[in-house]
Amino acid sequence: MFYREAGQFKTSYAADQAAFPLLEDRIGIAILLLVAVIAIPLLASNFFLNTIMIPFLIFALATIGLNILTGYCGQLSLGTGAFMGVGAYACYKLTTTFPDINIIVWILASGIFSAGIGVLFGLPSLRIKGFYLAVATLAAQFFLEWCFIRVPWLYNNNASGAIEVPTRTLAGIAITGPTADPLTRYFTVLVIVSVLTLLIGNLIRGRIGRTWMMIRDMDIAAELIGVRPLAAKLSAFAVSSFVCGVAGAMFVFLWLGAAEPSSFNIRLSFQILFMVILGGLGSMAGSFMGAAFIFILPIVIRMLPAALDLDIGAATAEQLNFMIVGALIIAILIVEPHGLARLWAVFRQKLRVWPFPY
Amino acid sequence: MKHSLVLGLVAALAAAVPLTPASAQNDELFLPLFTYRTGPFAGSGIPIANGMRDYLEMLNQRDGGIGGVKIRIEECETGYNTQKGVECYDSVKPGNPLIVNPWSTGITLQLIPRASVDKTPILSMAYGLSAAADGTVFPWVFNPPASYWDAASAIIKYIGEQEGGIENLKGKKIGYLFLDAGYGREPIPLLEDFAKEYGFELTMYPVPADTMQNQSSQWLNVRRDRPDYMIMWGWGAMNATAVREAAKVRYPMDKFISVWWPGEDDVRPAGAGADGFKMLNFHAVGDEFPAIQDIVTHVFDKGLSQVSDRSKIGENLYNRGLVNSLIMAEAIRTAQELHGHPNVTPAEVRDGLEALNISADRLKEIGLEGFMEPMVLSCEDHAGQSDLYIQQWNGESWEKISDWFSPMVEKVRPMLEEAAQEYVAANQPWPQRDVPCANAS
Repeated sequence: MFYREAGQFKTSYAADQAAFPLLEDRIGIAILLLVAVIAIPLLASNFFLNTIMIPFLIFALATIGLNILTGYCGQLSLGTGAFMGVGAYACYKLTTTFPDINIIVWILASGIFSAGIGVLFGLPSLRIKGFYLAVATLAAQFFLEWCFIRVPWLYNNNASGAIEVPTRTLAGIAITGPTADPLTRYFTVLVIVSVLTLLIGNLIRGRIGRTWMMIRDMDIAAELIGVRPLAAKLSAFAVSSFVCGVAGAMFVFLWLGAAEPSSFNIRLSFQILFMVILGGLGSMAGSFMGAAFIFILPIVIRMLPAALDLDIGAATAEQLNFMIVGALIIAILIVEPHGLARLWAVFRQKLRVWPFPY
Repeated sequence: MKHSLVLGLVAALAAAVPLTPASAQNDELFLPLFTYRTGPFAGSGIPIANGMRDYLEMLNQRDGGIGGVKIRIEECETGYNTQKGVECYDSVKPGNPLIVNPWSTGITLQLIPRASVDKTPILSMAYGLSAAADGTVFPWVFNPPASYWDAASAIIKYIGEQEGGIENLKGKKIGYLFLDAGYGREPIPLLEDFAKEYGFELTMYPVPADTMQNQSSQWLNVRRDRPDYMIMWGWGAMNATAVREAAKVRYPMDKFISVWWPGEDDVRPAGAGADGFKMLNFHAVGDEFPAIQDIVTHVFDKGLSQVSDRSKIGENLYNRGLVNSLIMAEAIRTAQELHGHPNVTPAEVRDGLEALNISADRLKEIGLEGFMEPMVLSCEDHAGQSDLYIQQWNGESWEKISDWFSPMVEKVRPMLEEAAQEYVAANQPWPQRDVPCANAS
């Protein structure tokens, strides 16, 4: 009823293979983009942009990055936080060494460094699988974090050991640093995230993405029909780390404004892994949903007592927060082990057949 | 349609959330308190939060606020986590906070560049970026009564006195045990400089934050290196662990000197082994001051305090929080006098901080005579470089064992200015100071 497919005929291969073959999906995406581009900038306060939208989009991109590796290629990784850190530190080094080149170029270029490191730590994946690989990537996490603390060259011998974001401009408008308007930063993040999401989405639908999924589903079978595991696994590590690196560079340059090594610790890796699992392994839309759930929900819960004029104290609210979010994660995973994306798919199916369910 | 669930929710929030941070009301003085009553550092965070809150609450109850204007106290839980701290800052900013206290060196470093853009004064009391003491470069940041560099120089000076003169430090070995984060690394450049100048050997023992409750490897190294003195820059559970481990390896406690952050609860668990442990401080410990008695009558006895036990009032970190609120209250009072009206703005409070002069007479008036040394700030000097003293743990309480003495101002000040210039060079383009100097007349 709401999702009528009847009458939507595909008359060419191109139409049949489109990213969004259904008219309803296309309308939905268009509405979302309109909300993101027009409604949010018009309505939202600086607080909303700074605290919710910008980090949400950045986390969604990092989740997509890990989803490529874990969700699509089946390689469990606990090093996401460190790969994001590589992006951030690379971007910092690049922009302080070559300040005249546009920061957007460096944000994207820092992903290449992250991809390189990712491939290096992805090499063990050719021999080991599952939990053992998780431990190998955990080593990457600890080693890289150690580098961020112990290699002063990475943070230009700063006495505080932190990296600070200098002001950089695009066409005369500051987009990073303290003077950058949240709205400018929001649009920068939105454009980068949208473009990368589109590219990755198409990459996954194409030949490369299919080889990843074949490796995930059964690597021996994939090998037998001509997929080279070396190329497939390492390309998954490279693309995943590239996306995480870009997300990490944005994390520091377009959101936090400064970062210590502890910003990229194991907790960040787990946070992103939870976003992937809760959103749905192997789903682009799920990445956005998981990021929203894990990142935005605690903020909303934190603000609820104040909004309802309940005086329960900041610390109590924080404790409640841990309990509520923890309970909800368990509840959702019991109801739908395949994550929010699957929940949405079930809901959509119900809409399709409404009012005559079978 | 796939993303619509999420973004629809988000869009709905867009309308709802901006309403929640309460807007500034002119008949109140808005002082947000960034606190951490949860997380691994809560042990240190809770007494500080209580001290800060109770002093302001006492002013509200006893005097009806400052200059007749009520103080609106709002706590924001940071968990000593930098991201949450920045989130707190964003959430209180629409309310025009008069002063922001980050209570974490990491959060302070994030907020320093934003302070001059947002025109919000930042009070990082005896923590944060040492170079912020240079008011000509950092007009919106204040770190009274002394920076970490002042503290490190004071400890070296004290050790020098113990050895019968600073020149006797030559050939000695001094160990530095620190939390491996922005906070613990802050004094290293100064210690390294001093090591060269006075000829002592500096050995470093970094403690990573995530394993700070297991310092056996660090203390094994201490036992091997046998430093003549140990200096500690610790926080939260790290302090308690360090004291316990030091007692275990039988390190002579009277040669173990910490910066001002350990609380009573950090030292007590080590039992008799902790006797003799020394700490630098800039305010008195104890509750025998009229102002603190007022807190008991007006706040604690009325059940308005979150302190669980009466004996916690007057402990080291509780009084630390109190000093923080004392500085805020005095800055607001100074601003009210300077500008001649009670409803001061953040920019006016900045003037108040710069013209701050807490004299001995004023301390007596407040009811804190002898609680701390007089504190004077100026447009150039945002730290005050006030006098400090050493106290020693006697098994039950802290005992003052030295007179008030000044840090090595003449050595530290040029280094601070140099560091401020380095910071500017690394963060180009850094805004020029554009606020006029406010001097109390």
